[in-house]
Amino acid sequence: MALLLEQLLNGVQLGVMLFLLAAGLTLVFGIMGVINLAHGSLYMVGAFASAFVAAQTGSFLLALLAGLAAAALCGMAVEYVVLRRLYARDHLDQVLATFGLILFFNQGMVLLFGRQPLFVDIPPLLQGAVEIIPGVPYPAYRIAIIGVGLLVGLGLWFLLQKTRVGMLVRAGATHRDMVRALGVDVRLLYTLVFGLGALLAGLAGLMAGPIFSVQVGMGEQILIQTFVVIVIGGLGSVRGAVAGALLVGLVDTLLRAFLPATLRSVMQGADADALASGLASMGIYVLMALVLLVRPRGLFPAHA
Amino acid sequence: MRDRLLLGLALLLAIALPWLAEAAGSPATVSLATRMAIYAIAAASLNLVLGYGGLVSFGHAAYFGLGGYAVGILYAHWRSEELLLGLIPGSIGLLPTLGAAMLLGGASAAVLGALSLRTRGVQFIMITLAFAQMLFFLFVSLKAYGGDDGLSIRRRGEFPGLDLRAPAQLYWLCLGLLVGWLLLLWRVTRSRFGQVLAGARQSERRMAALGVSVYPYRLVAFVISGMGTALAGGLMANALRFVSPDMMHWAKSGELMIMVILGGLGTLLGPVLGAIALVGLENWLSAWTEHWQFILGPILLAVVLFGRGGLMALLRRVLPA
Amino acid sequence: MSGGALLRIEGLEKRFGGLRASDGLDLDVLPGELHALIGPNGAGKSTAIGQITGEIPPDAGRILFEGEDITRLPPARRVRRGLSRSFQIVQLLDDETAEANAALAVQAAQGHSFRFWRDATRDEGLRAPARALLRRAGLPDARHRVLAADLAAGERKQVELALALAASPRLLLLDEPMAGLGASESRAMTETLRGLKGQVAILLVEHDMEAVFALADRISVLVYGRVIATGTAAEVRANAEVRAAYLTEEEGV
Repeated sequence: MALLLEQLLNGVQLGVMLFLLAAGLTLVFGIMGVINLAHGSLYMVGAFASAFVAAQTGSFLLALLAGLAAAALCGMAVEYVVLRRLYARDHLDQVLATFGLILFFNQGMVLLFGRQPLFVDIPPLLQGAVEIIPGVPYPAYRIAIIGVGLLVGLGLWFLLQKTRVGMLVRAGATHRDMVRALGVDVRLLYTLVFGLGALLAGLAGLMAGPIFSVQVGMGEQILIQTFVVIVIGGLGSVRGAVAGALLVGLVDTLLRAFLPATLRSVMQGADADALASGLASMGIYVLMALVLLVRPRGLFPAHA
Repeated sequence: MRDRLLLGLALLLAIALPWLAEAAGSPATVSLATRMAIYAIAAASLNLVLGYGGLVSFGHAAYFGLGGYAVGILYAHWRSEELLLGLIPGSIGLLPTLGAAMLLGGASAAVLGALSLRTRGVQFIMITLAFAQMLFFLFVSLKAYGGDDGLSIRRRGEFPGLDLRAPAQLYWLCLGLLVGWLLLLWRVTRSRFGQVLAGARQSERRMAALGVSVYPYRLVAFVISGMGTALAGGLMANALRFVSPDMMHWAKSGELMIMVILGGLGTLLGPVLGAIALVGLENWLSAWTEHWQFILGPILLAVVLFGRGGLMALLRRVLPA
Repeated sequence: MSGGALLRIEGLEKRFGGLRASDGLDLDVLPGELHALIGPNGAGKSTAIGQITGEIPPDAGRILFEGEDITRLPPARRVRRGLSRSFQIVQLLDDETAEANAALAVQAAQGHSFRFWRDATRDEGLRAPARALLRRAGLPDARHRVLAADLAAGERKQVELALALAASPRLLLLDEPMAGLGASESRAMTETLRGLKGQVAILLVEHDMEAVFALADRISVLVYGRVIATGTAAEVRANAEVRAAYLTEEEGV
């Protein structure tokens, strides 16, 4: 029971990470109509910048700021230099151009930091564990991640539904020319939205640092999982991103936690572990296939 | 007429390449050209769905890898003399192994395509990528066939009268299969089937108004494409005498797409030019610096942003029709 | 057959949020007649067309074609049954010539296209009927080899009509064939449609009243998602409800 609760929380925590990435990706797609493969690179940039500053200064706050700033600035630069030339192009061009960006960013990180993974300490304030229910300790850092996820989710909802900026963003998606005619600088708006998406990706990346190792290629692994989230949740829908991220986070975590033991009861230990890890990795893709069979446009399609 | 002459000349040159390489004292060129021919088969297959069909599949490395593994796994069972799944004997015969590769590629493309083609646009891109990643993880976890480390193949495929241990013969085999595959694709794209496929790319709504549901046509194109890509994978397993999950890596899917775009989307020979150019470029850059991707990335970006129509369009400007 | 009607629409309902785009829509099209469907902007004409062609699923009601229920049939299957349509915003294969567009339509009408070997681009069995179709729709021979994207608006409408005719339909649903045409192009299209009259039943949705009154055997007037009047041109003109609907619309503008 305690194990199940712990794994459920782990699942939610993975879901939060995926949500931070999926929200940015889906916003950028919903508003600008662009698919950005380099979104995972921004996650990586956030992780590296924060790990580097933490190692140099020992300050968690500085590391946090550095990670956020690096990702957001990188994102806005990418938008300004490359992506705004791609808004009018088809998805194929967008995919290929941003694929080129991935190669560039990955190799750039290798040039700067080498191929060795960086390891990041948990900030002192969040070390240790919290007893969520009596007798079940859970790492404080992971609780903090879940908390940040909740805050970001609420903040996004407030921003999109309740503020003038959010109104412009939503209007800019459907009536681009009208918004422009009203004298709003759409290009600036897009750059800012892109920066926001990058900021969220960077946030996820820097929070991932102490849990996973920080290394080149980390962005693509989570990017593909993020795609699964978006396909399941429905493209362009923040609500779908929330649902998809939690679903994928939970399914992936629970399969990894409980499949090996289940298989070991019917076959040899080593084989069972290998097969279980393979099947667990495949789990979310099977989930995606099942969702698609029932609802080809995902659980919460943006424009029903 | 002039185009045909040039094409014939290029083919003659390609056939003569092993002798020319020997004369020039660079035998490594033959294995490089073999890789180019193999990737050309894969890229041409991808082009059927991507260029003619307008379906942006970001998961074709899966079929490439499956083709490779079909050859590798049959070899492993031939060596251990154990039946695969208790049914199928191992083999190193060229025909049965490459046939198995195409069968496996086609069958997987049928299943994954049937699911993926229910979606459109960006979702299709994401879902093909995700399914390929799923197969990648499957093969990583198959410890019986090497898992992460891959599977060595000590013997190349055998066929009466051929000795594939000789690099030149392997090259000619790949070149021959490339030419045959291109001829087949040329017929298919000009056939009634090809017309419907191209029509579906331009307007699915129009096709429905003509009474044509495009789904089965797209699915068949996807299967043909998967078979060709798997054939290329099987050949690659023979050429490298090694298969690993890396053949299915998502970056490989990206490279195949780049070959198609670089050469010229929806043209018969574009993917061939693209494969030659990309494999050549990687070969050249990697000899020069370890960080060649740092340069390749921006080159790709420039090709997408400014190089409309790819190398075929460039060629057409030099040699107007 | 359901009272002799070729197409019978019964009690069609479709809501978008609070808007009733179809609100108990009834309509009959008889074999061989040219039936015009008119109505002010926002009356629900596009929704009606979407439901007849199968692109929009109705919330309630049925659509019968030749006595058979086609309410849940997907668009392509309706076309194969003989219910062909043209688009208001022309949908052509823009990378191909007019002739290739029509040839593909001929090919589609001949059955399945799982034929992989013979060169379809040089198949006279497709090209000759394709040219005949284009001529029938009024496109002169000299324009057959022009890319669809390069044709003038009126010519594109003609190709659109040719594609709809290829399936040898028993009912032709024409969605504003005059929209976007100049005066002389409109007159040419009116003449072409007059030539088709009697060969095939036509449901004509059109804003150009001059064309409608010149061509239609019967006219139905759609207002707020339902048909308020059906009859000959003279009957409809004299109908008080119709006059009210159009007059308030004019005032509202």
